[in-house]
Amino acid sequence: MKRGRLGSWLLILAGGLYFFVPLLGTFEFSLRYLRGVYSVEAYRIVLTDPRFGATITYSTVLALATIVVGVVLVVPTAYWIRLRLPGLRPVVEFITLLPLVIPAIVLVFGYLRIYNSTSVLPLTGSERATDLLLMFSYVTLALPYMYRAVDTGLRAINVHTLTEAAQSLGAGWPTTLLRVILPNVRAAVLSGAFLTFAIVIGEFTMASLLDRPAFGPYLQLIGANRAYEPSALAIISFAITWACMGLLQVFARGAPGQVAGTH
Amino acid sequence: MAQAAGPAIGPPPAVPSWVSRLSWTWVGAVPFFVFALMFLILPTGFLVVGGFQDGQGHLTFRNLLDLFQPTILSSYLISIKVSAASAIGGAVIGFALAYAAIAGGLSTWVRPTLMTFSGVASNFAGVPLAFAFLATLGRTGLVTALLIKLFGFNIYSAGFNLLSFLGLALTYMYFQIPLMVLIIAPAIDGLKREWREASANLGATTWEYWRYIALPILSPPLLGAALLLFANAFGAVATAYALTGSSLNIVTLVLYAQIRGDVLHNQNLGYALALGMIFLTGMSNAAYIWLRGRSERWVR
Repeated sequence: MKRGRLGSWLLILAGGLYFFVPLLGTFEFSLRYLRGVYSVEAYRIVLTDPRFGATITYSTVLALATIVVGVVLVVPTAYWIRLRLPGLRPVVEFITLLPLVIPAIVLVFGYLRIYNSTSVLPLTGSERATDLLLMFSYVTLALPYMYRAVDTGLRAINVHTLTEAAQSLGAGWPTTLLRVILPNVRAAVLSGAFLTFAIVIGEFTMASLLDRPAFGPYLQLIGANRAYEPSALAIISFAITWACMGLLQVFARGAPGQVAGTH
Repeated sequence: MAQAAGPAIGPPPAVPSWVSRLSWTWVGAVPFFVFALMFLILPTGFLVVGGFQDGQGHLTFRNLLDLFQPTILSSYLISIKVSAASAIGGAVIGFALAYAAIAGGLSTWVRPTLMTFSGVASNFAGVPLAFAFLATLGRTGLVTALLIKLFGFNIYSAGFNLLSFLGLALTYMYFQIPLMVLIIAPAIDGLKREWREASANLGATTWEYWRYIALPILSPPLLGAALLLFANAFGAVATAYALTGSSLNIVTLVLYAQIRGDVLHNQNLGYALALGMIFLTGMSNAAYIWLRGRSERWVR
Protein backbone atom coordinates (compact mmCIF):
# COMPACT_ATOMS: atom_id res chain seq x y z
CA MET A 1 0.00 0.00 0.00
CA LYS A 2 3.04 2.27 0.48
CA ARG A 3 3.39 2.85 -3.25
CA GLY A 4 -0.29 3.77 -3.59
CA ARG A 5 -0.03 6.34 -0.85
CA LEU A 6 2.93 8.03 -2.53
CA GLY A 7 0.94 8.21 -5.75
CA SER A 8 -1.97 9.79 -3.88
CA TRP A 9 0.30 12.41 -2.35
CA LEU A 10 1.79 13.21 -5.77
CA LEU A 11 -1.69 13.62 -7.24
CA ILE A 12 -2.81 15.96 -4.47
CA LEU A 13 0.43 17.89 -4.86
CA ALA A 14 -0.06 18.27 -8.62
CA GLY A 15 -3.67 19.33 -8.10
CA GLY A 16 -2.58 21.84 -5.50
CA LEU A 17 -0.01 23.27 -7.91
CA TYR A 18 -2.59 23.65 -10.69
CA PHE A 19 -4.79 25.63 -8.34
CA PHE A 20 -2.19 27.74 -6.57
CA VAL A 21 0.06 28.66 -9.49
CA PRO A 22 -2.57 30.82 -11.26
CA LEU A 23 -3.31 32.57 -7.96
CA LEU A 24 0.39 33.11 -7.39
CA GLY A 25 0.82 34.29 -10.96
CA THR A 26 -2.06 36.74 -10.58
CA PHE A 27 -0.74 38.03 -7.29
CA GLU A 28 2.77 38.48 -8.67
CA PHE A 29 1.40 40.22 -11.75
CA SER A 30 -0.71 42.57 -9.64
CA LEU A 31 2.45 43.79 -7.86
CA ARG A 32 4.31 44.67 -11.06
CA TYR A 33 2.69 48.05 -11.68
CA LEU A 34 5.88 50.01 -11.09
CA ARG A 35 8.76 48.94 -13.29
CA GLY A 36 11.46 47.00 -11.52
CA VAL A 37 9.98 46.93 -8.00
CA TYR A 38 7.05 45.17 -6.39
CA SER A 39 4.41 47.58 -5.14
CA VAL A 40 0.75 47.70 -4.23
CA GLU A 41 0.21 50.59 -6.64
CA ALA A 42 -2.34 48.62 -8.71
CA TYR A 43 -4.42 47.96 -5.58
CA ARG A 44 -4.21 51.63 -4.59
CA ILE A 45 -5.45 52.70 -8.02
CA VAL A 46 -8.27 50.15 -8.03
CA LEU A 47 -9.45 50.90 -4.51
CA THR A 48 -9.47 54.66 -5.08
CA ASP A 49 -11.30 54.39 -8.39
CA PRO A 50 -14.79 55.80 -7.68
CA ARG A 51 -16.32 53.32 -10.12
CA PHE A 52 -14.93 50.45 -8.02
CA GLY A 53 -16.77 51.71 -4.95
CA ALA A 54 -19.92 52.49 -6.91
CA THR A 55 -20.15 49.15 -8.73
CA ILE A 56 -19.29 47.00 -5.75
CA THR A 57 -21.84 48.88 -3.63
CA TYR A 58 -24.45 48.38 -6.35
CA SER A 59 -23.71 44.65 -6.56
CA THR A 60 -23.67 44.25 -2.78
CA VAL A 61 -27.06 45.93 -2.39
CA LEU A 62 -28.40 43.82 -5.24
CA ALA A 63 -27.02 40.65 -3.66
CA LEU A 64 -28.63 41.47 -0.31
CA ALA A 65 -31.97 42.20 -1.98
CA THR A 66 -31.65 38.93 -3.93
CA ILE A 67 -31.07 37.04 -0.69
CA VAL A 68 -34.07 38.62 1.05
CA VAL A 69 -36.44 38.03 -1.86
CA GLY A 70 -35.02 34.54 -2.39
CA VAL A 71 -35.61 33.62 1.26
CA VAL A 72 -39.13 35.10 1.25
CA LEU A 73 -39.93 33.10 -1.88
CA VAL A 74 -38.22 29.82 -1.04
CA VAL A 75 -38.74 29.24 2.69
CA PRO A 76 -42.58 29.45 2.72
CA THR A 77 -42.79 27.46 -0.53
CA ALA A 78 -40.48 24.68 0.61
CA TYR A 79 -42.25 24.58 3.97
CA TRP A 80 -45.71 24.50 2.43
CA ILE A 81 -44.75 21.82 -0.06
CA ARG A 82 -43.41 19.62 2.73
CA LEU A 83 -46.40 20.25 4.98
CA ARG A 84 -49.40 20.29 2.69
CA LEU A 85 -48.54 19.57 -0.92
CA PRO A 86 -46.04 16.70 -0.93
CA GLY A 87 -47.52 15.60 -4.26
CA LEU A 88 -46.13 18.73 -5.88
CA ARG A 89 -42.58 18.11 -4.69
CA PRO A 90 -41.23 16.54 -7.89
CA VAL A 91 -42.68 19.42 -9.92
CA VAL A 92 -41.24 22.10 -7.66
CA GLU A 93 -37.86 20.37 -7.49
CA PHE A 94 -37.77 20.10 -11.26
CA ILE A 95 -38.53 23.80 -11.63
CA THR A 96 -35.84 24.78 -9.14
CA LEU A 97 -33.30 22.84 -11.19
CA LEU A 98 -34.24 24.57 -14.45
CA PRO A 99 -31.80 27.47 -13.96
CA LEU A 100 -28.99 24.92 -14.10
CA VAL A 101 -30.33 23.58 -17.39
CA ILE A 102 -31.20 26.82 -19.18
CA PRO A 103 -28.05 28.94 -19.57
CA ALA A 104 -28.22 32.38 -17.94
CA ILE A 105 -27.65 34.09 -21.26
CA VAL A 106 -30.74 32.40 -22.69
CA LEU A 107 -32.87 33.44 -19.72
CA VAL A 108 -31.82 37.06 -19.96
CA PHE A 109 -32.46 36.98 -23.72
CA GLY A 110 -36.01 35.93 -22.96
CA TYR A 111 -36.42 38.68 -20.32
CA LEU A 112 -35.25 41.31 -22.78
CA ARG A 113 -37.86 40.16 -25.26
CA ILE A 114 -40.92 39.75 -23.06
CA TYR A 115 -40.27 42.65 -20.66
CA ASN A 116 -39.21 45.24 -23.26
CA SER A 117 -40.54 48.79 -23.12
CA THR A 118 -43.52 48.04 -25.37
CA SER A 119 -44.72 44.96 -23.49
CA VAL A 120 -47.48 44.63 -20.89
CA LEU A 121 -44.92 44.64 -18.11
CA PRO A 122 -42.11 46.98 -19.30
CA LEU A 123 -39.47 45.99 -16.76
CA THR A 124 -36.68 47.31 -18.98
CA GLY A 125 -38.47 50.63 -19.39
CA SER A 126 -36.77 52.54 -16.57
CA GLU A 127 -33.56 52.10 -14.59
CA ARG A 128 -35.36 51.26 -11.35
CA ALA A 129 -37.52 48.67 -13.07
CA THR A 130 -34.44 47.15 -14.71
CA ASP A 131 -32.76 46.92 -11.29
CA LEU A 132 -35.82 45.00 -10.17
CA LEU A 133 -35.62 42.71 -13.20
CA LEU A 134 -31.91 42.09 -12.57
CA MET A 135 -32.69 41.23 -8.96
CA PHE A 136 -35.34 38.72 -10.05
CA SER A 137 -32.84 37.30 -12.57
CA TYR A 138 -30.44 36.70 -9.70
CA VAL A 139 -33.17 35.13 -7.56
CA THR A 140 -33.67 32.76 -10.51
CA LEU A 141 -29.93 32.01 -10.78
CA ALA A 142 -29.70 31.34 -7.05
CA LEU A 143 -32.94 29.32 -6.91
CA PRO A 144 -31.35 25.85 -7.24
CA TYR A 145 -28.89 26.50 -4.41
CA MET A 146 -31.30 28.34 -2.15
CA TYR A 147 -34.06 25.76 -2.56
CA ARG A 148 -31.74 22.82 -2.07
CA ALA A 149 -30.21 24.36 1.07
CA VAL A 150 -33.59 25.21 2.64
CA ASP A 151 -35.17 21.89 1.71
CA THR A 152 -32.24 20.01 3.26
CA GLY A 153 -32.67 22.12 6.38
CA LEU A 154 -36.40 21.36 6.54
CA ARG A 155 -35.75 17.64 6.16
CA ALA A 156 -33.71 17.70 9.35
CA ILE A 157 -36.54 19.12 11.48
CA ASN A 158 -39.99 17.70 12.05
CA VAL A 159 -42.12 20.19 10.18
CA HIS A 160 -45.46 18.61 11.09
CA THR A 161 -44.82 18.35 14.81
CA LEU A 162 -43.41 21.85 15.04
CA THR A 163 -46.36 23.31 13.15
CA GLU A 164 -48.92 21.49 15.27
CA ALA A 165 -47.15 22.47 18.47
CA ALA A 166 -47.02 26.12 17.40
CA GLN A 167 -50.67 26.16 16.39
CA SER A 168 -51.95 24.41 19.46
CA LEU A 169 -50.22 27.17 21.42
CA GLY A 170 -52.21 29.68 19.41
CA ALA A 171 -49.71 30.78 16.78
CA GLY A 172 -51.02 31.90 13.37
CA TRP A 173 -49.27 31.11 10.11
CA PRO A 174 -46.99 34.18 10.10
CA THR A 175 -45.86 33.48 13.65
CA THR A 176 -45.30 29.81 12.91
CA LEU A 177 -43.16 30.60 9.88
CA LEU A 178 -41.20 33.51 11.32
CA ARG A 179 -40.68 32.38 14.89
CA VAL A 180 -40.73 28.59 14.69
CA ILE A 181 -39.74 27.36 11.23
CA LEU A 182 -37.28 30.07 10.16
CA PRO A 183 -35.10 29.92 13.31
CA ASN A 184 -34.90 26.16 12.90
CA VAL A 185 -33.55 26.36 9.36
CA ARG A 186 -31.35 29.39 10.04
CA ALA A 187 -28.13 27.56 9.24
CA ALA A 188 -29.49 26.30 5.93
CA VAL A 189 -30.81 29.75 4.99
CA LEU A 190 -27.46 31.33 5.82
CA SER A 191 -25.52 28.84 3.72
CA GLY A 192 -27.88 29.49 0.82
CA ALA A 193 -27.38 33.21 1.39
CA PHE A 194 -23.59 33.08 1.22
CA LEU A 195 -23.71 30.98 -1.91
CA THR A 196 -26.11 33.49 -3.45
CA PHE A 197 -23.80 36.33 -2.50
CA ALA A 198 -20.81 34.62 -4.11
CA ILE A 199 -22.80 34.04 -7.31
CA VAL A 200 -24.26 37.53 -7.56
CA ILE A 201 -21.32 39.72 -6.60
CA GLY A 202 -19.26 39.19 -9.76
CA GLU A 203 -21.99 38.09 -12.18
CA PHE A 204 -21.33 39.45 -15.64
CA THR A 205 -23.74 38.15 -18.29
CA MET A 206 -27.09 39.31 -16.97
CA ALA A 207 -25.85 42.63 -15.58
CA SER A 208 -24.06 43.41 -18.81
CA LEU A 209 -26.98 42.54 -21.10
CA LEU A 210 -29.44 44.46 -18.91
CA ASP A 211 -26.91 47.30 -18.99
CA ARG A 212 -26.69 47.87 -15.24
CA PRO A 213 -23.56 49.26 -13.51
CA ALA A 214 -22.68 46.11 -11.54
CA PHE A 215 -19.28 44.84 -10.43
CA GLY A 216 -19.02 42.12 -13.12
CA PRO A 217 -19.26 44.46 -16.13
CA TYR A 218 -16.84 46.84 -14.36
CA LEU A 219 -14.32 44.01 -14.03
CA GLN A 220 -14.68 43.25 -17.70
CA LEU A 221 -14.24 46.91 -18.65
CA ILE A 222 -11.04 47.24 -16.61
CA GLY A 223 -9.80 43.95 -18.06
CA ALA A 224 -10.23 45.21 -21.59
CA ASN A 225 -8.42 48.51 -20.96
CA ARG A 226 -5.79 48.07 -18.26
CA ALA A 227 -2.77 45.86 -17.69
CA TYR A 228 -2.13 45.37 -13.97
CA GLU A 229 -5.34 46.48 -12.32
CA PRO A 230 -7.28 43.39 -13.50
CA SER A 231 -4.93 41.15 -11.55
CA ALA A 232 -5.46 43.20 -8.42
CA LEU A 233 -9.22 42.95 -8.99
CA ALA A 234 -8.98 39.19 -9.51
CA ILE A 235 -7.19 38.85 -6.16
CA ILE A 236 -9.85 41.00 -4.48
CA SER A 237 -12.62 38.90 -6.08
CA PHE A 238 -10.94 35.72 -4.97
CA ALA A 239 -10.79 37.07 -1.43
CA ILE A 240 -14.54 37.82 -1.55
CA THR A 241 -15.35 34.33 -2.87
CA TRP A 242 -13.11 32.80 -0.23
CA ALA A 243 -14.81 34.82 2.52
CA CYS A 244 -18.28 33.73 1.35
CA MET A 245 -17.30 30.09 1.17
CA GLY A 246 -15.49 30.26 4.49
CA LEU A 247 -18.59 31.68 6.17
CA LEU A 248 -20.68 29.03 4.45
CA GLN A 249 -18.47 26.31 5.91
CA VAL A 250 -18.80 27.84 9.36
CA PHE A 251 -22.59 27.98 9.19
CA ALA A 252 -23.30 24.77 7.30
CA ARG A 253 -21.05 22.07 8.63
CA GLY A 254 -21.33 18.91 6.65
CA ALA A 255 -23.51 20.40 3.93
CA PRO A 256 -21.75 20.19 0.58
CA GLY A 257 -20.87 23.56 -0.87
CA GLN A 258 -21.77 22.60 -4.38
CA VAL A 259 -21.65 25.56 -6.61
CA ALA A 260 -21.50 26.91 -10.10
CA GLY A 261 -23.11 29.65 -11.99
CA THR A 262 -21.17 32.86 -12.39
CA HIS A 263 -19.17 31.83 -15.41
CA MET B 1 -45.17 38.37 -0.17
CA ALA B 2 -46.42 37.41 3.25
CA GLN B 3 -49.42 35.75 1.66
CA ALA B 4 -47.06 32.92 0.76
CA ALA B 5 -47.50 31.90 4.36
CA GLY B 6 -50.92 30.55 3.48
CA PRO B 7 -54.39 30.78 4.89
CA ALA B 8 -55.64 32.43 8.02
CA ILE B 9 -57.04 30.06 10.59
CA GLY B 10 -60.73 29.25 10.51
CA PRO B 11 -62.45 29.13 7.11
CA PRO B 12 -65.73 31.03 6.72
CA PRO B 13 -68.54 28.65 7.67
CA ALA B 14 -70.69 29.20 4.56
CA VAL B 15 -68.39 27.19 2.24
CA PRO B 16 -68.07 23.42 2.65
CA SER B 17 -64.86 22.88 4.56
CA TRP B 18 -63.13 20.71 1.94
CA VAL B 19 -63.54 23.35 -0.76
CA SER B 20 -61.90 26.10 1.25
CA ARG B 21 -59.19 23.77 2.52
CA LEU B 22 -58.30 22.70 -0.98
CA SER B 23 -58.19 26.21 -2.41
CA TRP B 24 -56.29 27.64 0.57
CA THR B 25 -53.77 24.85 0.33
CA TRP B 26 -53.08 25.72 -3.29
CA VAL B 27 -52.76 29.43 -2.53
CA GLY B 28 -49.59 28.67 -0.55
CA ALA B 29 -47.82 27.50 -3.70
CA VAL B 30 -49.06 30.30 -5.95
CA PRO B 31 -46.23 32.84 -5.44
CA PHE B 32 -43.65 30.26 -6.39
CA PHE B 33 -45.47 29.20 -9.53
CA VAL B 34 -46.09 32.80 -10.56
CA PHE B 35 -42.38 33.45 -10.13
CA ALA B 36 -41.46 30.34 -12.12
CA LEU B 37 -43.87 31.30 -14.86
CA MET B 38 -42.59 34.88 -15.10
CA PHE B 39 -38.87 34.27 -14.90
CA LEU B 40 -38.36 30.74 -16.18
CA ILE B 41 -41.21 29.31 -18.21
CA LEU B 42 -42.51 32.31 -20.20
CA PRO B 43 -39.12 33.80 -21.20
CA THR B 44 -37.83 30.40 -22.30
CA GLY B 45 -41.13 29.56 -23.97
CA PHE B 46 -41.03 32.82 -25.91
CA LEU B 47 -37.62 31.94 -27.37
CA VAL B 48 -38.63 28.36 -28.12
CA VAL B 49 -41.76 29.49 -29.97
CA GLY B 50 -39.86 32.31 -31.69
CA GLY B 51 -37.35 29.78 -32.99
CA PHE B 52 -40.15 28.16 -34.97
CA GLN B 53 -41.52 31.40 -36.41
CA ASP B 54 -40.56 33.70 -39.25
CA GLY B 55 -40.60 37.51 -39.03
CA GLN B 56 -44.36 37.58 -39.58
CA GLY B 57 -45.10 35.00 -36.91
CA HIS B 58 -45.80 32.08 -39.27
CA LEU B 59 -44.67 28.58 -38.44
CA THR B 60 -41.37 27.70 -40.12
CA PHE B 61 -38.41 25.37 -39.74
CA ARG B 62 -36.20 27.72 -41.74
CA ASN B 63 -34.44 29.07 -38.60
CA LEU B 64 -33.56 25.63 -37.34
CA LEU B 65 -32.17 24.68 -40.74
CA ASP B 66 -30.25 27.95 -40.84
CA LEU B 67 -28.43 26.88 -37.69
CA PHE B 68 -26.54 24.52 -39.96
CA GLN B 69 -24.96 27.31 -41.96
CA PRO B 70 -21.14 27.09 -41.63
CA THR B 71 -20.50 30.05 -39.29
CA ILE B 72 -23.18 29.06 -36.76
CA LEU B 73 -22.42 25.36 -37.01
CA SER B 74 -18.75 26.02 -36.36
CA SER B 75 -19.60 28.10 -33.29
CA TYR B 76 -21.68 25.23 -31.91
CA LEU B 77 -18.89 22.79 -32.71
CA ILE B 78 -16.19 24.82 -30.98
CA SER B 79 -18.46 25.24 -27.94
CA ILE B 80 -19.09 21.51 -27.86
CA LYS B 81 -15.36 20.81 -28.24
CA VAL B 82 -14.34 23.18 -25.44
CA SER B 83 -17.12 21.95 -23.15
CA ALA B 84 -16.42 18.29 -23.85
CA ALA B 85 -12.66 18.67 -23.41
CA SER B 86 -13.02 20.59 -20.14
CA ALA B 87 -15.71 18.17 -18.95
CA ILE B 88 -13.67 15.04 -19.69
CA GLY B 89 -10.45 16.57 -18.35
CA GLY B 90 -12.29 17.90 -15.31
CA ALA B 91 -14.03 14.58 -14.69
CA VAL B 92 -10.88 12.45 -14.96
CA ILE B 93 -8.64 14.73 -12.90
CA GLY B 94 -11.39 15.60 -10.41
CA PHE B 95 -12.14 11.93 -9.86
CA ALA B 96 -8.45 11.09 -9.40
CA LEU B 97 -8.05 13.90 -6.86
CA ALA B 98 -11.19 12.99 -4.95
CA TYR B 99 -10.23 9.31 -4.92
CA ALA B 100 -6.72 10.09 -3.70
CA ALA B 101 -8.05 12.31 -0.92
CA ILE B 102 -10.85 9.97 0.19
CA ALA B 103 -9.58 6.45 -0.41
CA GLY B 104 -5.85 7.04 -0.83
CA GLY B 105 -4.98 6.55 2.83
CA LEU B 106 -3.72 10.10 3.31
CA SER B 107 -3.73 12.17 6.48
CA THR B 108 -7.16 13.07 7.78
CA TRP B 109 -6.79 16.79 7.09
CA VAL B 110 -6.46 16.28 3.33
CA ARG B 111 -10.11 15.54 2.61
CA PRO B 112 -11.80 18.50 4.38
CA THR B 113 -9.12 20.82 2.98
CA LEU B 114 -9.73 19.61 -0.56
CA MET B 115 -13.49 19.92 -0.12
CA THR B 116 -13.33 23.46 1.24
CA PHE B 117 -10.94 24.51 -1.46
CA SER B 118 -13.13 22.91 -4.12
CA GLY B 119 -16.10 24.89 -2.85
CA VAL B 120 -14.14 28.09 -3.33
CA ALA B 121 -12.46 27.22 -6.64
CA SER B 122 -15.65 25.95 -8.29
CA ASN B 123 -17.09 29.39 -7.55
CA PHE B 124 -14.04 31.28 -8.70
CA ALA B 125 -15.12 31.70 -12.28
CA GLY B 126 -16.21 34.39 -14.64
CA VAL B 127 -14.18 37.49 -15.38
CA PRO B 128 -11.62 37.22 -12.53
CA LEU B 129 -10.71 33.69 -13.60
CA ALA B 130 -9.85 34.98 -17.06
CA PHE B 131 -7.60 37.62 -15.46
CA ALA B 132 -5.87 34.96 -13.40
CA PHE B 133 -5.05 32.84 -16.42
CA LEU B 134 -3.89 35.84 -18.44
CA ALA B 135 -1.52 36.75 -15.62
CA THR B 136 -0.26 33.16 -15.48
CA LEU B 137 -0.23 31.79 -19.02
CA GLY B 138 -0.61 34.97 -21.06
CA ARG B 139 2.28 36.21 -23.18
CA THR B 140 3.92 37.95 -20.21
CA GLY B 141 2.40 35.70 -17.54
CA LEU B 142 4.35 34.21 -14.65
CA VAL B 143 4.55 30.64 -15.91
CA THR B 144 5.27 31.70 -19.49
CA ALA B 145 8.11 33.93 -18.27
CA LEU B 146 9.46 31.30 -15.88
CA LEU B 147 9.57 28.64 -18.57
CA ILE B 148 11.54 30.97 -20.84
CA LYS B 149 13.93 31.95 -18.06
CA LEU B 150 14.54 28.48 -16.68
CA PHE B 151 14.39 26.27 -19.76
CA GLY B 152 14.55 28.76 -22.63
CA PHE B 153 11.21 27.27 -23.71
CA ASN B 154 8.63 29.68 -25.10
CA ILE B 155 5.23 28.00 -25.09
CA TYR B 156 3.92 30.64 -27.49
CA SER B 157 6.55 29.86 -30.14
CA ALA B 158 5.71 26.20 -29.57
CA GLY B 159 2.18 26.94 -30.74
CA PHE B 160 0.33 27.46 -27.46
CA ASN B 161 -2.15 30.28 -27.30
CA LEU B 162 -4.30 31.08 -24.28
CA LEU B 163 -6.90 32.65 -26.56
CA SER B 164 -7.64 29.37 -28.28
CA PHE B 165 -9.51 26.12 -27.86
CA LEU B 166 -6.79 24.61 -25.66
CA GLY B 167 -6.38 27.77 -23.59
CA LEU B 168 -10.09 28.08 -22.95
CA ALA B 169 -10.46 24.40 -22.05
CA LEU B 170 -7.52 24.69 -19.64
CA THR B 171 -9.08 27.77 -18.04
CA TYR B 172 -12.51 26.13 -17.69
CA MET B 173 -10.91 23.17 -15.95
CA TYR B 174 -10.08 25.51 -13.09
CA PHE B 175 -13.75 25.40 -12.04
CA GLN B 176 -14.60 22.04 -13.61
CA ILE B 177 -12.12 19.95 -11.59
CA PRO B 178 -13.29 21.21 -8.17
CA LEU B 179 -16.92 20.87 -9.22
CA MET B 180 -16.19 17.24 -10.12
CA VAL B 181 -14.55 16.69 -6.73
CA LEU B 182 -17.71 17.95 -5.01
CA ILE B 183 -20.11 15.91 -7.14
CA ILE B 184 -18.23 12.63 -7.16
CA ALA B 185 -17.15 12.48 -3.49
CA PRO B 186 -20.39 10.77 -2.31
CA ALA B 187 -20.00 8.09 -4.99
CA ILE B 188 -16.45 7.34 -3.85
CA ASP B 189 -17.68 7.16 -0.27
CA GLY B 190 -20.10 4.49 -1.47
CA LEU B 191 -17.29 2.18 -2.61
CA LYS B 192 -17.15 -0.31 0.22
CA ARG B 193 -13.79 -1.46 1.50
CA GLU B 194 -15.21 -5.00 1.76
CA TRP B 195 -15.60 -5.20 -2.00
CA ARG B 196 -11.92 -4.58 -2.51
CA GLU B 197 -10.98 -7.07 0.23
CA ALA B 198 -13.37 -9.70 -1.09
CA SER B 199 -12.01 -9.37 -4.60
CA ALA B 200 -8.44 -9.58 -3.29
CA ASN B 201 -9.34 -12.73 -1.34
CA LEU B 202 -10.65 -14.25 -4.54
CA GLY B 203 -7.34 -13.46 -6.19
CA ALA B 204 -8.21 -10.36 -8.19
CA THR B 205 -5.43 -7.96 -9.09
CA THR B 206 -5.82 -4.19 -8.67
CA TRP B 207 -6.57 -3.91 -12.39
CA GLU B 208 -9.23 -6.61 -12.20
CA TYR B 209 -10.79 -4.92 -9.18
CA TRP B 210 -11.14 -1.66 -11.12
CA ARG B 211 -12.17 -3.31 -14.37
CA TYR B 212 -14.85 -5.65 -12.97
CA ILE B 213 -16.02 -4.02 -9.73
CA ALA B 214 -15.20 -0.37 -9.11
CA LEU B 215 -15.63 1.03 -12.61
CA PRO B 216 -18.93 -0.72 -13.42
CA ILE B 217 -20.35 0.64 -10.17
CA LEU B 218 -18.85 4.09 -10.64
CA SER B 219 -19.52 4.50 -14.34
CA PRO B 220 -23.07 5.92 -14.07
CA PRO B 221 -22.08 8.63 -11.56
CA LEU B 222 -18.85 9.33 -13.46
CA LEU B 223 -20.60 9.70 -16.79
CA GLY B 224 -23.44 11.65 -15.21
CA ALA B 225 -21.03 14.07 -13.56
CA ALA B 226 -19.18 14.55 -16.84
CA LEU B 227 -22.49 15.46 -18.51
CA LEU B 228 -23.24 17.98 -15.78
CA LEU B 229 -19.79 19.52 -16.27
CA PHE B 230 -20.46 19.66 -20.00
CA ALA B 231 -23.66 21.65 -19.51
CA ASN B 232 -21.89 23.84 -16.97
CA ALA B 233 -19.16 24.80 -19.47
CA PHE B 234 -21.54 25.06 -22.41
CA GLY B 235 -23.54 27.91 -20.89
CA ALA B 236 -20.49 29.85 -19.71
CA VAL B 237 -20.10 33.36 -21.07
CA ALA B 238 -18.06 35.64 -18.84
CA THR B 239 -14.79 33.71 -18.70
CA ALA B 240 -14.65 33.31 -22.46
CA TYR B 241 -15.68 36.89 -23.12
CA ALA B 242 -13.08 38.35 -20.76
CA LEU B 243 -10.40 35.96 -21.99
CA THR B 244 -10.80 36.06 -25.73
CA GLY B 245 -12.95 39.12 -26.41
CA SER B 246 -14.59 37.87 -29.55
CA SER B 247 -11.62 36.12 -31.14
CA LEU B 248 -12.97 32.66 -30.31
CA ASN B 249 -16.43 32.19 -31.74
CA ILE B 250 -18.12 29.97 -29.18
CA VAL B 251 -21.90 29.88 -29.38
CA THR B 252 -22.56 31.82 -26.15
CA LEU B 253 -20.46 34.70 -27.50
CA VAL B 254 -22.33 34.63 -30.81
CA LEU B 255 -25.60 34.79 -28.85
CA TYR B 256 -24.17 37.61 -26.71
CA ALA B 257 -23.35 39.62 -29.84
CA GLN B 258 -26.77 38.78 -31.30
CA ILE B 259 -28.57 40.07 -28.20
CA ARG B 260 -26.53 43.26 -28.21
CA GLY B 261 -26.89 44.08 -31.86
CA ASP B 262 -28.67 41.48 -34.01
CA VAL B 263 -25.45 40.46 -35.79
CA LEU B 264 -27.29 37.64 -37.56
CA HIS B 265 -29.77 40.17 -39.05
CA ASN B 266 -32.62 37.86 -38.16
CA GLN B 267 -34.28 38.00 -34.74
CA ASN B 268 -35.86 34.60 -35.14
CA LEU B 269 -32.53 33.00 -36.02
CA GLY B 270 -31.33 34.38 -32.68
CA TYR B 271 -34.21 32.59 -30.94
CA ALA B 272 -33.31 29.39 -32.77
CA LEU B 273 -29.70 29.80 -31.59
CA ALA B 274 -30.96 29.94 -28.00
CA LEU B 275 -33.25 26.99 -28.68
CA GLY B 276 -30.29 24.92 -29.86
CA MET B 277 -28.43 25.71 -26.63
CA ILE B 278 -31.41 24.74 -24.47
CA PHE B 279 -31.68 21.50 -26.43
CA LEU B 280 -28.03 20.56 -25.84
CA THR B 281 -27.88 21.47 -22.15
CA GLY B 282 -31.32 19.92 -21.64
CA MET B 283 -30.23 16.64 -23.19
CA SER B 284 -27.07 16.38 -21.13
CA ASN B 285 -28.96 17.24 -17.92
CA ALA B 286 -31.68 14.71 -18.69
CA ALA B 287 -29.02 12.06 -19.21
CA TYR B 288 -27.41 13.12 -15.93
CA ILE B 289 -30.66 12.71 -14.02
CA TRP B 290 -31.30 9.32 -15.60
CA LEU B 291 -27.80 8.11 -14.76
CA ARG B 292 -28.06 9.43 -11.22
CA GLY B 293 -31.20 7.41 -10.73
CA ARG B 294 -29.36 4.30 -11.87
CA SER B 295 -26.35 4.92 -9.66
CA GLU B 296 -28.37 5.49 -6.51
CA ARG B 297 -29.07 1.79 -6.40
CA TRP B 298 -25.47 1.22 -5.37
CA VAL B 299 -24.31 4.44 -3.83
CA ARG B 300 -26.00 5.79 -0.79
